[in-house]
Amino acid sequence: MGASISLDFITHKFSASAEPTLKDIENRIEPGELVALIGRSGCGKSTLLHMMAGLLIPSDGCVRINSHLVTKPSAKWNMMFQKASLYPWMNVKENAALGLLFDGMPKAEAGERVDALLDMVGLHDKKDVNVQSLSGGQQQRVALARSLATEPEVLLLDEPFSALDAFTRTQLQEEVPNICRERGITMVIVTHDIDEAIAMADRVLIMSQNPGRIVGELVVDLPWPRRHMDSGFQTMRDELMQQFKGTDTGLAGRNAADPDQSEISQSAA
Amino acid sequence: MNTSNTQTMTVTSVMPNMSQVFGWLKSLQYPAMGITGLLLLWWFGGFMIENDPDLSAFAAFAPAPTFSALVDLIASGEVWQPIGSSLYRILSGLVWGIAIGVPVGVTVGYFGLALKVANVPFQFLRMISPLAWMPIAVLAFQSWDSAIIFLIVMATVWPIIFSTAHGVRRIDPNWFKVARNLGASGFQMLRRIILPAIMTDVMAGIRLAVGVAWVVLVPAEYLGVTSGLGYAINDARDTLSYDSLAAVVIVIGVIGYGLDTICSVLIKRFNWHME
Repeated sequence: MGASISLDFITHKFSASAEPTLKDIENRIEPGELVALIGRSGCGKSTLLHMMAGLLIPSDGCVRINSHLVTKPSAKWNMMFQKASLYPWMNVKENAALGLLFDGMPKAEAGERVDALLDMVGLHDKKDVNVQSLSGGQQQRVALARSLATEPEVLLLDEPFSALDAFTRTQLQEEVPNICRERGITMVIVTHDIDEAIAMADRVLIMSQNPGRIVGELVVDLPWPRRHMDSGFQTMRDELMQQFKGTDTGLAGRNAADPDQSEISQSAA
Repeated sequence: MNTSNTQTMTVTSVMPNMSQVFGWLKSLQYPAMGITGLLLLWWFGGFMIENDPDLSAFAAFAPAPTFSALVDLIASGEVWQPIGSSLYRILSGLVWGIAIGVPVGVTVGYFGLALKVANVPFQFLRMISPLAWMPIAVLAFQSWDSAIIFLIVMATVWPIIFSTAHGVRRIDPNWFKVARNLGASGFQMLRRIILPAIMTDVMAGIRLAVGVAWVVLVPAEYLGVTSGLGYAINDARDTLSYDSLAAVVIVIGVIGYGLDTICSVLIKRFNWHME
């Protein structure tokens, strides 16, 4: 079952003298909700996701998962990265079972558990193969099975499909939310691709840059599966694009545009 | 019917064997040329020595006397005892070298600060010939045997440390991140991620170490001890039996080559990079 994520007044500086990377982030993600976090490169969205995973601790404020303070990584809130980063000395099955092994499960039992998962992600004939012989899409599917094996309550995705070919990307954009909805997993995806956000999320959070803030949000109440050609999809896309442009303050107009930004966040809230 | 069947079966099962043997022989042709060249040079050197009145006392260094001495050494079983002593010393030294070198290498490679602190002293110590430690080793250790093993450790530990540290520094940082994210503890990280990731580099370090150690072992055995291949060489020189001296040299070369081959097979075995 999914967990709720609560972001409580997070402000983060990478060094004491630096400008804050993230400022006053506050939001609540409901159990089983699918949320996309969009923003330009360098707006701190990936940093925020690392905090939810417990890989980074905010200098101010905190992340709570099911009102449990996140202080370190756990297989229960699991992250998928842009690179699959599989371990080349293990075969597909061993890679997928790694989280279970870390959890102390005997190897045979872990192997059985990941068997069904590998079937589900479409790697039934690749279980004993060397991971270096897989395509990028197949490697990312192994990483997906690896993340799901530990039965996580939260799945965090850090632009995991951006290095894949368009066909595989579209497939996974459909499969991953399906899996999360079936299992009630709370999903947060970081992306700079507006289409990807609408295709995968119930709610999109828009982040500004310098400092990184949540400046807007959009509820995507489209039926599943999402079709890019549907008129509803196109309307959402335009709306999100408009909101996103509001954050486009550039370098010169940044301070002048600040009041506008807070206005957006107010209207969105 | 039955007989013809078995016949075709034998033919097909023999055929790949024949081509296998042929391929094997073919792969040996260049090494065989090299060895022949070396033997010719050796024979020519022996011929020159024999014909030089000043040097003719050393004529036993030539290939023919050497090989007959080698056959004698093996036939009488005399050769095994020094080989045993020398292998025992090199293996003990290597085990200590690995036991010290791998943990130190992992520490130095993993913690940037440890590398900064250790780099200069390690580079300094590495450049000191292991044999230079001999007087200290003799003072510090009760037996000559342990003193020699200490010298071997001093020879093996540096290549293993540097190679291990290099391997750790080369590990993809994402591998650490993914493992931490999957809930790996420190020990699990070491056992499942770090050690398998650096295995190839550790083996490469061990291969270098074996080469250095084997070279250092012989001169180390010139001193004090009354066993081992180095002692056998010294003993042969003292008794003027140059043919068995040259035979021992061949034994040293063959064993050294064998140790290096074992290492390179192990490297291939532990290498997870795909060609």
